[in-house]
Amino acid sequence: MRNLPARAAALFAALALMLASAGSSRAAGFEEALPRFSADSYAETEAAVVEVAQSGDPRAAEVVQALADGRLLYSSERKLFIKDKSEALREVATGQAVSDPPAGLKPVRVNNKIRRAIDSAIGGLTLLAPDPGKRLEAAQSVFKARNAALLPTVRTALERETEPRIRRALMEANAALVFLSPDQPELDRLTAAGVIADRADVDAQALLRSLPTDAPERLRAAAQRGIDDIEKRQAILRTVQDVFYGISLGSVLLLAAIGLAITFGVMGIINMAHGEMVMLGAYTTFAVQELIRTRYPGLFDLSLAIALPLAFLVAGGVGVAIERSIIRFLYGRPLETLLATWGISLILQQAVRTIFGPNNREVGNPGFMSGSLEVFGIALTWSRIWIVAFSLAVFFILLLVLKFTSFGLRMRAVVQNRRMAASMGIRTNWIDALTFGLGSGIAGIAGVALSQIDNVSPNLGQGYIIDSFMVVVFGGVGNLWGTLVGALTLGVANKLLEPFAGAVLGKIMILVFIILFIQKRPRGLFALKGRAVEA
Amino acid sequence: MFTRRTMLGAVVAGTTMLGGLGAASAQETIKVGILHSLSGTMAISETTLKDVMLMLIDEQNKKGGLLGKKLEAVVVDPASNWPLFAEKARELITKDKVAAVFGCWTSVSRKSVLPVFKELNSILFYPVQYEGEESERNVFYTGAAPNQQAIPAIDYLMKEEKVQRWVLAGTDYVYPRTTNKILEAYLKAKGVHESDIMINYTPFGHSDWQTIVSDIKKFGSAGKKTAVVSTINGDANVPFYKELGNAGIKATDIPVVAFSVGEEELAGIDTKPLLGHLAAWNYFQSIDTPANKEFIAKWKAFTKNDKRVTNDPMEAHVVGFAMWVKAVEKAGTVSPDKVIDALPGTEAPNLTGGISKMLPNHHITKPVFIGEIKGDGQFDVVWKTEGLVPGDAWSKELDGSKDLVADWVTLKCGNYNSKTKKCGGQGS
Repeated sequence: MRNLPARAAALFAALALMLASAGSSRAAGFEEALPRFSADSYAETEAAVVEVAQSGDPRAAEVVQALADGRLLYSSERKLFIKDKSEALREVATGQAVSDPPAGLKPVRVNNKIRRAIDSAIGGLTLLAPDPGKRLEAAQSVFKARNAALLPTVRTALERETEPRIRRALMEANAALVFLSPDQPELDRLTAAGVIADRADVDAQALLRSLPTDAPERLRAAAQRGIDDIEKRQAILRTVQDVFYGISLGSVLLLAAIGLAITFGVMGIINMAHGEMVMLGAYTTFAVQELIRTRYPGLFDLSLAIALPLAFLVAGGVGVAIERSIIRFLYGRPLETLLATWGISLILQQAVRTIFGPNNREVGNPGFMSGSLEVFGIALTWSRIWIVAFSLAVFFILLLVLKFTSFGLRMRAVVQNRRMAASMGIRTNWIDALTFGLGSGIAGIAGVALSQIDNVSPNLGQGYIIDSFMVVVFGGVGNLWGTLVGALTLGVANKLLEPFAGAVLGKIMILVFIILFIQKRPRGLFALKGRAVEA
Repeated sequence: MFTRRTMLGAVVAGTTMLGGLGAASAQETIKVGILHSLSGTMAISETTLKDVMLMLIDEQNKKGGLLGKKLEAVVVDPASNWPLFAEKARELITKDKVAAVFGCWTSVSRKSVLPVFKELNSILFYPVQYEGEESERNVFYTGAAPNQQAIPAIDYLMKEEKVQRWVLAGTDYVYPRTTNKILEAYLKAKGVHESDIMINYTPFGHSDWQTIVSDIKKFGSAGKKTAVVSTINGDANVPFYKELGNAGIKATDIPVVAFSVGEEELAGIDTKPLLGHLAAWNYFQSIDTPANKEFIAKWKAFTKNDKRVTNDPMEAHVVGFAMWVKAVEKAGTVSPDKVIDALPGTEAPNLTGGISKMLPNHHITKPVFIGEIKGDGQFDVVWKTEGLVPGDAWSKELDGSKDLVADWVTLKCGNYNSKTKKCGGQGS
């Protein structure tokens, strides 16, 4: 380590010399590489990317970036053009703007191999970019691409870099290149192995594992130690990760089931059309997004917030209509209710299929819900994190509504003793309709959230109906807290079982467990006590 | 969207057109059965196939029909309900007396109608890629067998992407299970070690992919190039790809090659995170041939929708229908026995510039393409086989299946065992 600055300085000097001497011939390399882009051959394009990147020409970054975005075009005369964000054309070789596009303009095609070459090239070209975000990305892509030719550039960047986060990424990129390079002194490579092992994530593990078998004995041992350390760490992290995934699955179950906890749990209606209310909510989101896309594209990130109240109203409205027109005639006849609501679910599905078509509809993720968050090497996707937060918010708001509003009071009164409530002047049939509407509306809200992680198709609801009933029955009919605990328990249990048993067997085991549990405690986790139970 | 009402309209229009030709010729139509789900889970995929059949029949009528008679489409809706497929098939053959049936999507629906077609001796054209291991006298398989889709895809990944570690991920039913069994045997024969293969099954409509995606990421960190071979059923793909994208796994890191994701499935997804992932098919809408351009234009005009896409099973119906027409013309009758004998050897141009041929094992020859997903939901063909690949009814990779030969021309048998020299070695 002590002689590192001196060595880096020497290298830098050598690099500067190399660049200076090669200056004139490099520009020619850029010009010569350009025609290869228009050969319509993947091999040629790949070679051209590498040549352009190595040419040192100031236009290189722009050309490679345009290729990555599909904005690099070629005409039938094999001239190259760049289309910029405002659709304006510019010829690459001359740099002049072109007003009328030449005939037969086609984008240069890329495949995965070329995309990898592009990533590596952009990494090298933007290591010294002024934008810190780009520099960080570049350092990370160099770490992944492991292109040994970039070592001098990485070291130059390391010399200049001041921001600690990027410095660290650069150190790691540097270590990755040194570690894999047989020309470097063994001592440096050993140090590099240590730097990589400190990253302690799967990428680091992949890198350590990719050491060729003909590497020196000591280095191989160091790499193996690194791998073992990371593996130990990962084993602990994995449990934490599984628990989070379980909570995330549980929150999805909670969202789907919470509406049912009211219609089935509180009112005792076996509502087979519950899943379709979720679907209606998802389609409302789709309709809102469609409108926003065509009319007000600027509002896209707000689309979910706009869709929420609308989905509640649409699903809730349909719920009230169903209760008033069908279910109210069937109170006390569970079997008929089951069949009638099942019929309704089929009607709603086919209606949506006729209106929107049988295909999946595209619901986009707003910016804040895309990508993932890395905490201690666990990747948590933002959409999942938001859904966990959202489902808990829905749960507690609902709890407050039931506890502290007059509607909630009346609802509880009707559920506990219908005749007494009626004689106190509560219009019980209105309360029934509104309660059913509330449960349906909440299912609609769940649909908005689920549209972010699932298909928006007429069959969306079917996938959730069984799980919802499972959660409500397991948690205890008529108890919201039971639904919360039930959903989270099933979610976490499912995710802890999945790594050992697989997704299919895991699900079966959960079902068997619930059957056994219901045998032992027929009223679920949190059984209601009191008069309502006997009614 | 092409709804049931407009479809009824088309049929009504067809019949009134026939009415104009006089009562005598109106009775003299040749009926063609269309057995595709228009409601339920499978409607998403099968509705399009019903539409394309209506278009083909309409076109044939404009050319003057078949054997001097008009064709008449009989559309039934088996509603994604497997036993109902058998009932509806029986209804088509006995009540409507159709000359041939074009239909089914899932393997289980095909297995459900098989006994009906055997018993009543009729003809079924099956347009979807499937797991193979079957050859029936009454069925013509115009979709891909595993050696026309899965095996070439593996070859591509091995050769071009230098993949050494394999995740075989599928939905838990017969097509993925059989295909993965074949692929596993093939990979092992190619020298891939067992520890470099990970097999994973998920239930239908699986939507929580967190654990599996993180497993794949971990499996891919062994320092060898890794790829996912996906036989995940259409619907579950959207959440799978979303999770992959969100977890930051790009096609340049771990490419996914899918056998059930086509233009139709991508129409409902934001394809940006999918950029560069692969699909293997025998047809892509983006293939630039005169025949394909003409077909796409006709399709958009017929459905009156400029956004409708075309896909692989549609092309299979186009080829299958053309073969059936030629065979009927050759036989001079629609009598099933004669047409079944006339079909093997029949050739018909496919939409990608080749001539497909019906083989004695009732499968057809097909080109194989590998496409990368583009930002607009279409595919960019990055690789294709030289010439056409003949479909194998029985996989050469599996024990018990590799000795079997299907030949309905000379051997008159769908599962002739070349070792014991007997018909009826295995399967049905």
